[in-house]
Amino acid sequence: MRFLAWLLFALFLPPAMGATPAGDPLGSARWGDMRKLFFPDARVVFDPRVQVTAPAVAEDPMNVPVKVTVEALGDVREVVVFADFNPILKVLSFTPGKARPALAFRIKLQQSTPVRAAARTGDGVWHVGGVWVETTGGGCTLPSAGRGEAGWEKTLGQVSGRVWEQPAGGMRVRARIIHPMDTGLAPGIPAFYISRLTLSDEQGAPYMDMETFEPVSENPVFTFDIGGGSRPQGALTLTGVDNNGNRIDGRIAP
Amino acid sequence: MKRIRGAVLAVAAMASGAMAADFDYGLKPVEVAPGTYVFEGRTEDFSVRNGGNIVNTGFIVTSAGVVVIDTGPSRRYGQQMRAAIGRVTQQPVVRVFNTHHHPDHFLGNQGYADVGIEALPETVQAIGREGKALTENMYRLNGDWMRDTEALAPRALDGVGAARVGDHRLTLVPRSGHTAGDLAVFDETTGVLFAGDLVFYNRAATTPHADLAEWQKSLDALERMPFKVLVPGHGPVVRDARAIAQTRDYLAWLAATLRKAAERGLDMNEVMALPLPERFKGIALADVEYRRSVTHLYPALEQAALGGAR
Repeated sequence: MRFLAWLLFALFLPPAMGATPAGDPLGSARWGDMRKLFFPDARVVFDPRVQVTAPAVAEDPMNVPVKVTVEALGDVREVVVFADFNPILKVLSFTPGKARPALAFRIKLQQSTPVRAAARTGDGVWHVGGVWVETTGGGCTLPSAGRGEAGWEKTLGQVSGRVWEQPAGGMRVRARIIHPMDTGLAPGIPAFYISRLTLSDEQGAPYMDMETFEPVSENPVFTFDIGGGSRPQGALTLTGVDNNGNRIDGRIAP
Repeated sequence: MKRIRGAVLAVAAMASGAMAADFDYGLKPVEVAPGTYVFEGRTEDFSVRNGGNIVNTGFIVTSAGVVVIDTGPSRRYGQQMRAAIGRVTQQPVVRVFNTHHHPDHFLGNQGYADVGIEALPETVQAIGREGKALTENMYRLNGDWMRDTEALAPRALDGVGAARVGDHRLTLVPRSGHTAGDLAVFDETTGVLFAGDLVFYNRAATTPHADLAEWQKSLDALERMPFKVLVPGHGPVVRDARAIAQTRDYLAWLAATLRKAAERGLDMNEVMALPLPERFKGIALADVEYRRSVTHLYPALEQAALGGAR
């Protein structure tokens, strides 16, 4: 996948952009801005241990699957995901608690862009990885599909989740939340999106804490992995809030 | 000898270069049954190299005029196709069918605007709804080959079933599965079945508007027809049911693989990374189309596995 992304980069970027700005392996003309915006005054390194998986070509710009894992890094305090050429850059950030430091989700892309993850380790250094995703675009300025259906607000915030036991003793948790995740860029529809989500167990132990933004896809689906040594007591809860103050409160039974 | 072959190759390369510059698709009708011809496209993806000529179109010369099945990916294709038909017969074109609403099958309609084009009602609606976006995407993929191409909508068929044109007894078969409206045209007089994109052969099936269960039913229905020659929407013409069997096998594998993946709790990127069976390796673009199909079909299966509201 990474090779394909590189190939696309080599084939499609105009020659003027070929000179990698400030050593960015993805050769993005926006890298300098990204660095200033997300990591002012911090030390930043490109690090292959920050793995971002996404298709080299996005078939549906409103649903581009992305998986981020920083398991090889260790001592990760925070992970930020962003897309250089999206009209809204920041996709989400997460702080791994007892869950493994990996997260899968889907995003909206407006045009071809690097999709990057940056992980801050305990020493304050940001470790950056990413891939190019080519897309026909338009994913951020289209209205959400659910908006076209009557009564969409009745199911707003509903969580449906499921737990899978893994052969090695761990667990996989997947959850889907009903929400339009409106970007505010479609004419006449203000930004309306889930802004905070926390996966915990019934005792309140945090497994994953997330800040989410407009580019996360409509009715988002999140995939979490929990190691065998961190199994929760009882059920898990997925709680949060959107930018209009609507609460999300879901329970995921094992 | 070597030098002559080299010279021939050089001339051939120059000729193909010139063809590309002229936006000439080089359409050559192949007679697959008496009076029945197919223009076979490449088993590739759309590109500025092939100008979108990745599709099979065809025509039947009857005593009462020519019947055209699908019009190709662009205005240029439609016009060049009609000119190529004119080199085979002096008969006028009397009926033109679009098998479904995908752009490689109807964007040549401008070449037949004076005849009028017919399609299933679902196809007419889908072209009205998506025609403009589909056309814009084809400009992006095929470049200048598309010049002056516009989505010319067909009108709804007056009826399906038996349709006689001159000395040919046709059956218009309304099905669905590849899209909401898939028209197959069976010529009982010659035994030629124009299957549209219900059947792909040695080129992977595409699923942006597919209902796999309905598609399988349609394949069963087509297989029961007494055809001698089958023209798939994409890939070589065959004289038996092997193309139906291959399409059915691939779609069944696709449906089962995605359903199992959803039941196992796989994430979409993990599903895209699953290996394809060895027997599909010979099918052009199978890897690419499989990953596209994950995007098209997985969210609904995933939702079913998770439960909850839609």
